[in-house]
Amino acid sequence: MTEELIIAGFGGQGVLSMGKILAYSGIMEDKEVSWMPSYGPEMRGGTANVSVIISDERISSPVLRDFDTAIILNQQSMDKFEKSVHPGGLLLYDPNGIIHPPTRKDINIYTIEGALEASKLKSPKTFNMIVLGAFLKLKPIVKMENVHKGLLKSLPERHHHMIPMNEEAIKVGQEKVKEVQTV
Amino acid sequence: MEEVKLMKGNEAVAEAAIRAGVDAYFGYPITPQSEVIEYLMMERPYQRTGMVVLQAESELAAINMVYGAAACGKKVMTSSSSPGISLKQEGISYMAGAELPCLIVDVVRGGPGLGTIQPSQADYFQMVKGGGHGDYKLIVLAPSTVQEMADFVDLAFELAFKYRNPAVILSDGVIGQMMEKVVLPPQKTRLTDEEVDEKYGSWATTGKKNGRERNIITSLELKSERQEAHNHHLQAKYKEITNKEVRYEAINTEDADYLIVAYGSSARISQKAIQMAAKKGYKVGLIRPITLWPFPTDIINKLADQVKGILSVEMSAGQMVEDVRLAVNGKVKVEHYGRFGGMVHSPDEVLEALENKIIKG
Repeated sequence: MTEELIIAGFGGQGVLSMGKILAYSGIMEDKEVSWMPSYGPEMRGGTANVSVIISDERISSPVLRDFDTAIILNQQSMDKFEKSVHPGGLLLYDPNGIIHPPTRKDINIYTIEGALEASKLKSPKTFNMIVLGAFLKLKPIVKMENVHKGLLKSLPERHHHMIPMNEEAIKVGQEKVKEVQTV
Repeated sequence: MEEVKLMKGNEAVAEAAIRAGVDAYFGYPITPQSEVIEYLMMERPYQRTGMVVLQAESELAAINMVYGAAACGKKVMTSSSSPGISLKQEGISYMAGAELPCLIVDVVRGGPGLGTIQPSQADYFQMVKGGGHGDYKLIVLAPSTVQEMADFVDLAFELAFKYRNPAVILSDGVIGQMMEKVVLPPQKTRLTDEEVDEKYGSWATTGKKNGRERNIITSLELKSERQEAHNHHLQAKYKEITNKEVRYEAINTEDADYLIVAYGSSARISQKAIQMAAKKGYKVGLIRPITLWPFPTDIINKLADQVKGILSVEMSAGQMVEDVRLAVNGKVKVEHYGRFGGMVHSPDEVLEALENKIIKG
């Protein structure tokens, strides 16, 4: 198993930390992982993205042009990465703020109302965990018990009291993910 | 069981430095390597091991602090990225001349000038060929994983002290910024002056003891005859290093028809390109130089008898390719491929270049 994905959105949406939690969950499952962020001026208020690879084998290139999955959280990222999904791959996006929805016919497309559900939970910060939940529902590449361990590892101890809230958000994401098209 | 951590390459260097028993770090922040000094400041190694961590007022100050501490026989390091390394070149040449061991970490970004903060491998010339003046060499290690970022810290110091020569970890923005699994080395204790004397010989300015001449650390010798003799001594040392310390990784070279030579992140990207090439029926091998100086000349020369063509892949306009061509000495075609100026080539682009320039070319 090798899953190559990109998570892209605005800086501050929790894009990088979502990738980090996924990577840590992969480690807990004894898999090889890599996490390669965009860095520099663009992540300070602009767009941020991270490519994450989780694999049973030693990972060669951490830098990729095309991905099995793209998780897209703003229009700029949709413009940039819709074309980067392998044919037959997965595009998961939050329709909030998306003016031009994806038009490709050769990929699987799902939506998750992450921003909306996070506001219903009265916890905007859980946005990225709702999106992570939606992804894990579609591609259960790591077990939930290992996601729990991943949260424990990647969050500093002073934030551990927030883990139940994060896990609740993951469940919400798993329930609320919606199919747009499958190929 | 060993603890597996998820760390950035820059953080791995910093933690490995504490664990290697480094006495001091002097640096000045610059993207994309600022996490090295950030991590050290957060970890407060002065409380853990007594290691000094200091943000100097400039790169020039930092490298000269390294000179001073190294002259006292201390295990000392600095880190920077390309424009900052340019500023340090004077001090690096002085340390090579004065035969001082130290570790310099360069997390390369695109140039020339201030350039860009994005990854590049265009510092090959300034580190491998000597960006400073005079006939000198640096021992240059090129990690391609976060694990190697950690492992090469101790290796670099071992080599630096063994040969009394500055050693370099030449990384780039990809390896510095990415996170991977890393198993950290065990904690070593910092050496005392006496232990340094015993292990590496008494050359440092640790205070004159009875029964030995005073130790002098300098790169200045105005008598040309003596300066020439000193240069002969340096050249003999470089020859010994060339004979003994070449390191490389060979992947799928046994029955390869074509060869890629690539280091650091380009080696990782090329490995993926080689897997893609195998699906198309091409047998492509990879030589990944781990030491860029001394360069793995012999193995590349040997493989030049076997393969039909060689592609040198690096994120530059073509720097290492010169050493590949010297190694091959005209036996087969050698071409260069690489994006540069902060752009990182993808595996698809490397495969395309391999097909166009070598296989069909």
